Amino acid sequence: MHKFSGVDYYNIDSLLSEDELMIRDTVRDFVSAEIIPVIEKHNREGSFPIQVISKMGELGLFGTTLPQKYNCAELNNVSYGLVLQELERGDSGIRSFVSVQSSLVMYPIFTFGSEEQKDFWLPRLATGEKIGCFGLTEPDFGSNPGGMITKAQKVDGGYLLNGAKMWITNGTIANLAVVWAKLDGVVKGFLVEKGFKGFTAPEMKGKLSLRASVTSELIFDNVFIPDKNLLPKTTGLKNALMCLNQARFGIAWGVVGAMMACYDSALNYSKSRIQFSKPIAAYQMTQEKLVFMLTEITKAQLLNYQMGRLKDKGILKHTQVSMAKRNNCEKALEIAHIAREILGANGIIDEYPVMRHAANLEAVKTYEGTHEMHTLIIGEDITGFAAFD
Amino acid sequence: MKVAVCVSHVPDTATKVKIGQDEKHIDPAGVVFIINPYDEFAVEEALKTKEKFGGEVVAISVGNDNSKETLRKALAMGVDKGILLKTDKSLDSVGIAKALAEELKNQQFDIVFMGKQSVDYDDSIVGQLTSEFLGYSCISNAVYLNIEGQKVIAEREIEGGKEVVESELPVVITTQKGLNEPRYASLKGIMASKKKEILEKPIVETTNHTEVVKMRKPAAKQPGRIIGTDVSAVPELVKLLHEEAKVI
Repeated sequence: MHKFSGVDYYNIDSLLSEDELMIRDTVRDFVSAEIIPVIEKHNREGSFPIQVISKMGELGLFGTTLPQKYNCAELNNVSYGLVLQELERGDSGIRSFVSVQSSLVMYPIFTFGSEEQKDFWLPRLATGEKIGCFGLTEPDFGSNPGGMITKAQKVDGGYLLNGAKMWITNGTIANLAVVWAKLDGVVKGFLVEKGFKGFTAPEMKGKLSLRASVTSELIFDNVFIPDKNLLPKTTGLKNALMCLNQARFGIAWGVVGAMMACYDSALNYSKSRIQFSKPIAAYQMTQEKLVFMLTEITKAQLLNYQMGRLKDKGILKHTQVSMAKRNNCEKALEIAHIAREILGANGIIDEYPVMRHAANLEAVKTYEGTHEMHTLIIGEDITGFAAFD
Repeated sequence: MKVAVCVSHVPDTATKVKIGQDEKHIDPAGVVFIINPYDEFAVEEALKTKEKFGGEVVAISVGNDNSKETLRKALAMGVDKGILLKTDKSLDSVGIAKALAEELKNQQFDIVFMGKQSVDYDDSIVGQLTSEFLGYSCISNAVYLNIEGQKVIAEREIEGGKEVVESELPVVITTQKGLNEPRYASLKGIMASKKKEILEKPIVETTNHTEVVKMRKPAAKQPGRIIGTDVSAVPELVKLLHEEAKVI
């Protein structure tokens, strides 16, 4: 079988360090051996490949940028991006699992948690022994999370939590939910543990995208949260948005993996598929499609590379993350559609990965800030006028 | 337990290799090099042996600076330190085994693991030669291993079955697919490997016993031929398989 060896038209590998390349290649091999062979089955069944969680934990894929004292690898942000890029070459659902665990659960505990919370949760989340999810979005509050109606009320020894969250990756399989709720009108983070009375997390069914990923509702009916489970350093909605900014950085990298999988599949197919007297790769229209794909991949790689280096220097602006998330998701979806066209009828069956990626990318373009919201965020930054409240 | 594992830096088996201008070497341009896949079983077994008995695992490679990449991979998997026996010459199997034995002898290893062959030149003899130069026992093609005290019990893969053998330490063991499932280098392991030492040493001077005169690729495959598309073609197909291909 054809071995995937990356897409690097601009010799971007030469900009990466030996460690970064080694990390990238290790995760690439892991995805080829452990994810690709099982992913179509899980996608068909609509199930997450639970068996890969502990393997990803052993490899050190959760919370990769956090300190070693929490059993994490303490990598730089470019390495983190490369890890997610390789995972999403496998499937957006696998990358989503790692994004959520790392950027939306471990990051807020590390950033806003108490020493006890960090010491208890981070090492267990790092190995995958515990799974986390992140509850911000509500049925009626997506792009406008500040309108959330989930509320916490101070009671003796803790808080009573009421409300509902929706579109929560990993919800049903999670041991821990980082939940954002208003306490006296201020958004605070709470650690809600599986088994707390009144807390349920039913899985949402009927998805035609991210089928190999668990998506859930979180329902809180008078759930008692002990004092020690409040994230003490949270002071408002901006803390939740800081988490999203971490996750968006990862998505911008991740979708390049999906782009590469689609391009690789289309390129190989076009060279072996003969119509009339020659391979379809020999026709000008196919070549135009392939060149478009490769050019967009290269541009996305360069955006990510510079974004990662800026983040490692600590000078990355959230509006720059918006640009990479916005552009890369849109181009990834276009590339998946074009790859499907090149594969013709074969493009719609799951012997090839392109239709799965195309379906996944519909969700990825929308979650963690829609394409439209990122447009308005950058628009506000350059004009000084906010087009939303 | 003092354990050595010998690793070789080889072209990825998925790479399409071209022969160089001199017809004696491959053209390295565009070739991806990896740790010899059979050596990965050796690294895994060395690490498992250390996990069971304690001690130290040292990885050794003969080659030029590029071999450091493969040593680093072994270090990232968990090996304690690396030694590069540095040479820019192309050595035959005797030369490599002599260089390895010279280094191994100085350090008194209990067990030396290496892949049963390296997938570049496929001589499949370096392990056996090394054991001879060292005066160690040798177990080749191991697919199962149990070490108790000084005793080593192994299963070897042989034609059509397996052979159970017993030997004593010190021993050279060459590893075959099936012995174990090599671990991935974890991300923490990769970061930790940066702090581990790779010692560079010159190799002992040896002369090759064989010389590569020429390399050539196998003849290109003949294109296929369509005899027919339905059942009426069967008699002709059977005739050709019998008379031309001589397979039935």
